[in-house]
Amino acid sequence: MTAPLTSLDRPNSYIGRSVPRPNAKRLLAGRGRYISDLKLPRMLHAAFLRSPHAHAKIVSIDVGAARALEGVHLVATGEDLAKICTPWTGTLDHFKGMTSAPQLPLPLDRVVWAGQAVVAVLAESRAIAEDALELIEVDYEDLPLVVDIDGAREAGGPVINPGSANNICFRSHLDSGAVDDAFAQAAHVVEEEFSFGRHTAVTLEPRAIVADYDPAAGALTVHHATQTPYQFQDLYSRHYGIPEARVRVIATDIGGSFGMKLHVYHEDMAVVGLSILLGRPVKYVADRIESFVSDIHARDHRVRARMALDAGGDILAVDVLDLTAIGAFSTYPRTSVVEGNQVIRLIGAPYRFRNYRATLEVIFQNKVQTSQYRAVGHPIACAVTERLVDMAASKLGLDPFAIRAQNVIADDAYPQTSPTGYRFEALSHQACLKRLHELMDYDGLRAEQAELRKRGVYRGIGIATFVEITNPSPAFYGVGGARISSQDGAILSLTPSGEVRCLISVTEQGQGTEAIIGQIVADQLGIAQDHVKVITGDTEVTPHGGATWACRGAGIGGETALQATRALKRNILEIAALILQEQPSALDIVDGEVVDAVTRNQRMPIAEIARIAYFRSDTLPPGTQAQLTVSHHFAPQGYPFAFTNGIQGCSLEVDVETGFIKVLKHFIVEDCGRVINPMLVDEQLRGGIVQGLGAALFEECRYSETGQLMNGSLADYLVPMPMEMPDIVIAHVETPTADTVLGAKGVGEAGTAAASACVLNAVNDALAPFDTTINSIPITPVKVLKALKRF
Amino acid sequence: MSGFDETLLDEADETVRVRLVVNGRKVACEVSPRETLVDCLRNALELTGTHAGCEMGACGACLVQLDGRAVHSCLMYAVQADGATINTIEGLTESGVIADLQAEFHRRNALQCGFCTPGMLVNAHELLSQVAQPSREEIRDALSGNYCRCTGYEAIVDAIDAVAKARSQGGGAT
Repeated sequence: MTAPLTSLDRPNSYIGRSVPRPNAKRLLAGRGRYISDLKLPRMLHAAFLRSPHAHAKIVSIDVGAARALEGVHLVATGEDLAKICTPWTGTLDHFKGMTSAPQLPLPLDRVVWAGQAVVAVLAESRAIAEDALELIEVDYEDLPLVVDIDGAREAGGPVINPGSANNICFRSHLDSGAVDDAFAQAAHVVEEEFSFGRHTAVTLEPRAIVADYDPAAGALTVHHATQTPYQFQDLYSRHYGIPEARVRVIATDIGGSFGMKLHVYHEDMAVVGLSILLGRPVKYVADRIESFVSDIHARDHRVRARMALDAGGDILAVDVLDLTAIGAFSTYPRTSVVEGNQVIRLIGAPYRFRNYRATLEVIFQNKVQTSQYRAVGHPIACAVTERLVDMAASKLGLDPFAIRAQNVIADDAYPQTSPTGYRFEALSHQACLKRLHELMDYDGLRAEQAELRKRGVYRGIGIATFVEITNPSPAFYGVGGARISSQDGAILSLTPSGEVRCLISVTEQGQGTEAIIGQIVADQLGIAQDHVKVITGDTEVTPHGGATWACRGAGIGGETALQATRALKRNILEIAALILQEQPSALDIVDGEVVDAVTRNQRMPIAEIARIAYFRSDTLPPGTQAQLTVSHHFAPQGYPFAFTNGIQGCSLEVDVETGFIKVLKHFIVEDCGRVINPMLVDEQLRGGIVQGLGAALFEECRYSETGQLMNGSLADYLVPMPMEMPDIVIAHVETPTADTVLGAKGVGEAGTAAASACVLNAVNDALAPFDTTINSIPITPVKVLKALKRF
Repeated sequence: MSGFDETLLDEADETVRVRLVVNGRKVACEVSPRETLVDCLRNALELTGTHAGCEMGACGACLVQLDGRAVHSCLMYAVQADGATINTIEGLTESGVIADLQAEFHRRNALQCGFCTPGMLVNAHELLSQVAQPSREEIRDALSGNYCRCTGYEAIVDAIDAVAKARSQGGGAT
């Protein structure tokens, strides 16, 4: 299936071309400018004393010796910062009934997770600041702990937040159709309990921030390794009472984020306050263990789910209970309940059934906060759905492809609304299924599997269909009262030399935002891409916008750039028409030249228009005011989200003696609408899949019974490394959204969304001869051996 | 008081003069005995292309070429490097010895955030100086101490593979 030709498909189009990223050359030369590299005059370094207890009362803090240490400029506790920072609460109005305790940069009287920052030290070097931490004495009084889902829900058990009746943060219930009737009439029911471990983003550059408050100007500049500078401009302004226009947040190169660096962290808020207290720049870079104990974690779900089918294998109903344990409070400002909310709303999304019931319970516990990380909720929804579908297929004697082909919403049946209320504009499950079947040579893999099984080699083949949420409208955060924009803005200028400068609110974390924006501008204006300079990530110069998260950069940022460029082009052609004494509609721009729209004959370079407009406006007709800078904003309208879809396939081998799993090859057919840069899209898919494979096989934040993180280092917490990872084969189906001219949807989370589901199905397929199943992620060798009763 | 021994801090304050040849130039630094080589390179010498990722030799972000071999600069004290010849990403770039690798990484987008990239390049350079035509398996094995969270590794393997082939054919990779 190929998208129909549109106005975008013209000669020399940059849209759809694999153009390398212009900004990548700096990074290859070691000339990246990460916040962790930044040094400012008079800059001090912050270090934090952290709680060794998961839940304790702070009885007393003695900082006298630390203050006396040479090179130490300030030792601050919760009280010092509470005087200048207003508390924050991680709730949103559209999550009815949710609760969370107010937070301050440093705690006043109680710690709620092991690793929570308690005291801050500012010194001339990080080393001196850390020396001073050794001199601080804190007396704690242990409080009863809650460290897992069962403990948190135990009647009469410890309650984390004083004054609360229980440890429930949020409850949600969905019920549509006639679920009980459907199960009563079902020919087949499959049911399972699934568990998903905690894991975390593990960006290679840890969190980094330099706050620089200038008391003379009353102005705060924060160099912050974040995806969302505008969100933080707003938060620093409101919580520290500084007018918004005097808060500048600059996000330069950033060593990975994946959703992790857009949340409020206590240390980051503290660093801003410390800079205000001393009127000097303050730098804080988390070290690796600090990252593990203070970055958001994700997942941590236990899902009980069942699926009803008729005798022919049509899905009739799904019934779900998702219990998810977050931290001791909900993350600010995006909350810790979005993941669970997306789990219960995405389960079953690819399929046609109408009867759905789900309950979500979000539970507090004494661990670090959880919140949005790449593919928020999708991997859980996908694994639960796809495993149930495979279990049903096995029960009915159907092939995994056949049961999916029978149940997915047909490609010609759109628009559709899911039983959970999601509105799908146009998806392509049938086309993707068909393409994957060919791509992975499914029949060949099955034949090979059967052959190898005879020799005691256990290969597994798994597939997983998915739906991904992209291009979110204000329905995501804005309606809940969060000051998080769903629109983006761009300012485009034709420079006096006839080049273009584009300031845009979407941000770059290495995925290629600046590259694709440059492609879109160059394409739409008709100039070479190397004549377009794209600038991102500075609230002082780029217009306010949502920035880059939830797969919105290409779809919303890209459309913003497209519309802004068309406006600039109209303005350029108006001046050209005056100079050439033509109608603007008779002219076009190709390769930097104004041309006759019909004959394509060159008329004059746009550089000449710029020269005349900027330096010889006297030669233009009286009353002409050339507008060679345009600003433009775009907010998504139409569908609340642009859903994408796809299917992944996996071939792996389980060593039944050791429990080790080797992923041999991974496949994906993906539909993100209009593809702007195929190479960058493929690299988003590959990177996303590998993060999903990490979650499936290795990654888990393991805790002791006392709430201590047991594996907070890169030697103990396993991440996917080159040796373990397979090559990944990619194909595309393109169903552009009609909500925008560009037609692009998001792609950054698609790989992560289904990779773990795919592996789960493949491992169970490999273990089929042993009459055992695994329904817990990560699938470690120990779990495999336990399932085989060999451990 | 915690019984902290004040003399510990006095020792920490003491600095040692370390002489190195970094990126072809002789340099001398005053470092404290506890300072790691990566901190010395990044702070005193302002060579910020070398990154600290895990500070325990597991991620490869801090790899530099020391006396001709790829070394974790986070696992060495600066004083241990006294007298050594060190090439960082900045020097390897300026001398042009990895220009083909850099061009191929760029062409194939074998990097995203770029934080792992200098270490990847140092390691790839070392591999290709030892094995002229490594298999994909050997490339993946050689990189097994270089963590990249963004790319999924395949493009990196492809780029190194392409450069190895081009070098052994005596031509450029691009």
